[in-house]
Amino acid sequence: MAEGALSGLTVLDLSENISGPYCTKLLADYGATVIKIEKPIIGDDSRHASNLDQFCRGEPACSPTSGRHTGLPLRDTLNNPDIEKNGLFLLLNTSKKSITLNIDDKSGRDIFKRLVKHADIIVENFKPGTMKNLGIDYAALAKLKSGIIMASISYFGQTGPHRDWNGCDLVAQAMGGLMRLTGDPDREPLKLPLSQAEYQAGLNAAVAILCAVFYRDATGEGQYIDVSVQEAVASILEGAVSTYSYSGTVLNRTGARHRSKCPAALMKAKNGYVHMESSAYWDHFATMVEAPQLLQPHLASILRYRHTNEVEADIRPWVESRTADEIFETGQQWRMPVAKVMGVEELDVDPQYESRKYFQEIDHLPAGTIKYPGAPFKMSETPADINRVPLLGEHNDEIYIDTLKLSRDEMGKLRERNVI
Amino acid sequence: MSSKRRLALGGVRVIDLSQVFAGPYATKLLADMGAEVIRIECAARSGRGGSLPRMKPGGDFGASFPGGDTGEHSYNRFAYYNEVNRNKYAITIDLSKPRGVDVFKRLVTISDVVVENFSPRVMHNFGLDYAVLKDINPKIIMISISAYGQDGPYRDCVSYGEGIEAMSGLSKLTAYPDGAPLKPGVAYADAAAGLHAAFAIMAALRYRQNKGVGQYIDLSMREALTPLLGEACMDYQMNHRPVRPIGNQHPKIAPHGCYRAKGNDKWIAIAIESDGEWQALREAMGDTTWSRDGKFDTNDGRLAHRDELDELIGNWTSACDNIELAEILQSHGIKAGAVLDAAELVNDPHLKERGFFTEIEHPEAGKHILPGISWKMSHTHGRIERPAPCFGEHNRYVLGELLGMSEADIEELAQAGVTAEAPLPYTDI
Repeated sequence: MAEGALSGLTVLDLSENISGPYCTKLLADYGATVIKIEKPIIGDDSRHASNLDQFCRGEPACSPTSGRHTGLPLRDTLNNPDIEKNGLFLLLNTSKKSITLNIDDKSGRDIFKRLVKHADIIVENFKPGTMKNLGIDYAALAKLKSGIIMASISYFGQTGPHRDWNGCDLVAQAMGGLMRLTGDPDREPLKLPLSQAEYQAGLNAAVAILCAVFYRDATGEGQYIDVSVQEAVASILEGAVSTYSYSGTVLNRTGARHRSKCPAALMKAKNGYVHMESSAYWDHFATMVEAPQLLQPHLASILRYRHTNEVEADIRPWVESRTADEIFETGQQWRMPVAKVMGVEELDVDPQYESRKYFQEIDHLPAGTIKYPGAPFKMSETPADINRVPLLGEHNDEIYIDTLKLSRDEMGKLRERNVI
Repeated sequence: MSSKRRLALGGVRVIDLSQVFAGPYATKLLADMGAEVIRIECAARSGRGGSLPRMKPGGDFGASFPGGDTGEHSYNRFAYYNEVNRNKYAITIDLSKPRGVDVFKRLVTISDVVVENFSPRVMHNFGLDYAVLKDINPKIIMISISAYGQDGPYRDCVSYGEGIEAMSGLSKLTAYPDGAPLKPGVAYADAAAGLHAAFAIMAALRYRQNKGVGQYIDLSMREALTPLLGEACMDYQMNHRPVRPIGNQHPKIAPHGCYRAKGNDKWIAIAIESDGEWQALREAMGDTTWSRDGKFDTNDGRLAHRDELDELIGNWTSACDNIELAEILQSHGIKAGAVLDAAELVNDPHLKERGFFTEIEHPEAGKHILPGISWKMSHTHGRIERPAPCFGEHNRYVLGELLGMSEADIEELAQAGVTAEAPLPYTDI
């Protein structure tokens, strides 16, 4: 295997569901060794849960999301055939190793502490206080391994009056200020699909961890990182906070329109929808959409946003009489930033993704060969190397016997007690 | 490195050619962590909303300017720019002029990272593609952020973030149940690209720290957004059925949604994941008769009667203050949160206590609040120590102090139009 940008870094990943796993997926796909520590028998909750109905191939869906301490009843999961082929889990856990370990058990925690000595980075997304209660918070782990970096992801962060509040993606999008800005102005605010708040937190944690690694490599000092999902969301509100602070304006939802550009809106085409927008060459745009009335002085001006309804009405006949494909093609010939609204089901056969070999076929025995979304960026020297997800506990022998030098006998005892 | 404060990225210098939000968001993250980010701007493309004529205060474009007033130098007072460009330096160089290119190349010799988000042919046309920069500085890391990537049939297609949201599947799923596609309320494709770009830069810096070599990073905004929709991609790959928008609902649990609260456009989000949480919600609602109906006792029942349930809950929440109600529901162990607008967000007691927002004084825009550093680090938390730069503010620092140019040379560059005093004004107004 070619060397990755992050080769040589070892990550102990206690995180579950989406935020932490997306962070460690990025680390793993770009070369870090990520040891995913899963609950014995049950595994990561995302082996069972998803945002989508009937997600696992073939079999009916498993139970909804469950918290760490309200894990699924064992009898339901012991014979559950699906834990190796939940699409959400497959998406988020590529290139990792999986071991099982019950850190609620004292001997499990002792093993965890031994593993820490082999690690550079620890990632967790339990409720605040969980790691401390288990005696494995940053203060304790920093004593075991100098230079250790630990990142905790939680909905509201490790401090503050809402620290112990219950969160989920919906609540984080609401309290992060994103939801209020999305949707029709005359309907209820709308959350972005598929747990976007969780991904934002995971991305923040990934960047913060690499900043900490850079600092550690220069100084030898590790540190603790506190990522709040709410703050991750509140960080990407574009100008909403400064606009309020500058002029007292509370920005509202704008439906299918862009907040300030005109025209810049999703519009209904002959089939499907398109995004219509003009380049700086307004006269070209007016010619393209066959609407010379757009060249009237009040519209051929950056003040045309006062007349958004009129502008869109002038464009509409052209848009409605063409297919989304035609509009994308014609628009691009005119060098206009227009686009077609595509569904995820159209992506893997899209010529651009195909040409760049974006989707990646990965063969994984339980789930079969599936096309996965590929690397989010291409690095010339150290490209991503995306490999299949691990089976639950697949790397127990490798980590416990080869790395920690546990005997088969010790392993057997731990297994009997469901520690492993 | 700052003597007073430890900074994770102290000593890292980034040249930032990027515009609007994706690139600037990436370099914001790096600047907050201590990198010296030098923005390269020019009169024709300032990335500052151009130079607007002075408008009537509170009139056109007022929302984005201090006190609703564009002021004399709108480009130094633009909220969007000033929010994302804090901590950075700015100089002006016209790269369409050979002498501008020379200055840029000299800057490359003393820098670590170059960030750009032009269309793929632009850097090449300037004579500044990666091969050229690598000859000047073999350790340079260059990242190009583009809509569709540096090759392939859509390479030269034009798009901003909204187009990428459409072409990646996000817009279609940003919708009420089975509704028409809508725009995410923020530049979401840009944020996703910016965060991935910062990660890519840090990965490349780490590799360079170990191996001594730089590299080139090709980031397509569309490809960086796609993994965040990967759950839907995987579902389609595994089950071959279209993925429908479901709005605020959750396919497997109910209630899960956004409910009207007391006041104008006030809302609360509530998610009930288990029967126990439903009992807690019933209790919080005062154990009303309707809620005792057995059909709501189980998740299956609540899912089957979701619309009716949403309406009944909405009737109750609409009499309550959104922020007070969130407190009450949370005290019952329920996942709930007020749908905060910008004013409520900056007054959120929790974010206040965590010191999330920062106030900073800008010489032309005055004192204002910004979202702070996106995460907390125990040893190198970063800092927001300077406001966004004014146009060309650091020409002298960068050209004189960093590049060692004489006062006469700097003056000559200004005379030749390589540097500029102000962005070009709008002509179509």
